[in-house]
Amino acid sequence: MIAHYGYEDGSGEYYITINTEGCGACGGKGCVAACPAGIFELEADDWGRDAAIVKESARNMLRALCAGCKPQIGRDELLPCEAGCEKGVIVHSW
Amino acid sequence: MSGPAEKSDCWRWEESRYTNPGISDWRGRTVTAGVDIGSTSTQAVIMIGGELYAYASMRTGANSPDSARSAMSWAMEGTGMAESDPAFTVGTGYGRVNVPFANKTITEISCHARGANFIYGPTVRTILDMGGQDCKAIHCDEKGAVTSFMMNDKCAAGTGRGMEVIANLLSVHVEDIGDLSFKIDEEPPMVSSICVIFAKTEATNLIRQGWTKEKVLAAYCHAMAYRVVKLLERNEVQEDFAITGGIAKNKGVVKRIEKLLGIEALATEHDTQLAGAIGAALIARDLLTRAKKKEEAQ
Repeated sequence: MIAHYGYEDGSGEYYITINTEGCGACGGKGCVAACPAGIFELEADDWGRDAAIVKESARNMLRALCAGCKPQIGRDELLPCEAGCEKGVIVHSW
Repeated sequence: MSGPAEKSDCWRWEESRYTNPGISDWRGRTVTAGVDIGSTSTQAVIMIGGELYAYASMRTGANSPDSARSAMSWAMEGTGMAESDPAFTVGTGYGRVNVPFANKTITEISCHARGANFIYGPTVRTILDMGGQDCKAIHCDEKGAVTSFMMNDKCAAGTGRGMEVIANLLSVHVEDIGDLSFKIDEEPPMVSSICVIFAKTEATNLIRQGWTKEKVLAAYCHAMAYRVVKLLERNEVQEDFAITGGIAKNKGVVKRIEKLLGIEALATEHDTQLAGAIGAALIARDLLTRAKKKEEAQ
């Protein structure tokens, strides 16, 4: 399943996309450890398969929680969560 | 004695219950149930062998477990059924962890997809769930399994609760908004803000400028449609397209969404607010079947 979590504001639309098909074979929790704002968690989806999700408590706060990783001059090519995901299934629209 | 609707009561949509007259007795058959506790409304659905038997749809109260119990006992009214009779119950929605008698909780995303598959048929591929306090764009396959979903943050802007606030502000019954929003000479520009707080201020200003209530409602419905179409387009719209949730009953928003997308939404005689609870009751049936098969294999 492909999950998009995000928001839009005056500067554009921002989405984190997770293809949870890759999570089952991972189990590394790299995304959970890598996010400085702690927005990810690994839990069994509705059908008992492991899936990385954005915590429910964070979904309405991504604008603030992801602000620290917004594009800046000189930052790494990959955002911390993208780099932390061993399977490469987390991507951002920014 | 009832007088004209008070301004503060205009949001009050009609609560309802139903028993399928085509099913005479449930005893001895597989009974499953689904309870969808949303931020604004709660639905309880009882299904027998995958067929809709009874439901109740009511306002969510301050206490989610009480709301779940009230909806379920209202759905069971006159059926002779007790809370313990469904063989499997699934809780879903915002308050799903607060359904005390649920055997399992499932996200509303999975339940809406499955429910839409039941309500609109297996050709549905894109579902727009317009709930009380959020909107979701969901893609599903022919079995109603979710293939992708998109959720946008924000608040009550462009949702059922936002529509209720506008209904109260303009003293228009919430169920009349759709029809009234078409009683205009030409489509006005949409309101610039659909944030509930700012929209209130903007609507008040427009009324002061001489806009009719109908024109303000048209501008608000248009803004709401524009907002959700942007969400839908980002996740690509695959036909057939259907809308679930309370706003699906508001023609003023639905027709404007269709116009912006250039696609017609599927129509149904079912109550679109039931999609989540119907999906939950169907998933409950699948889980029960799976558990029985596992038991037999052991």
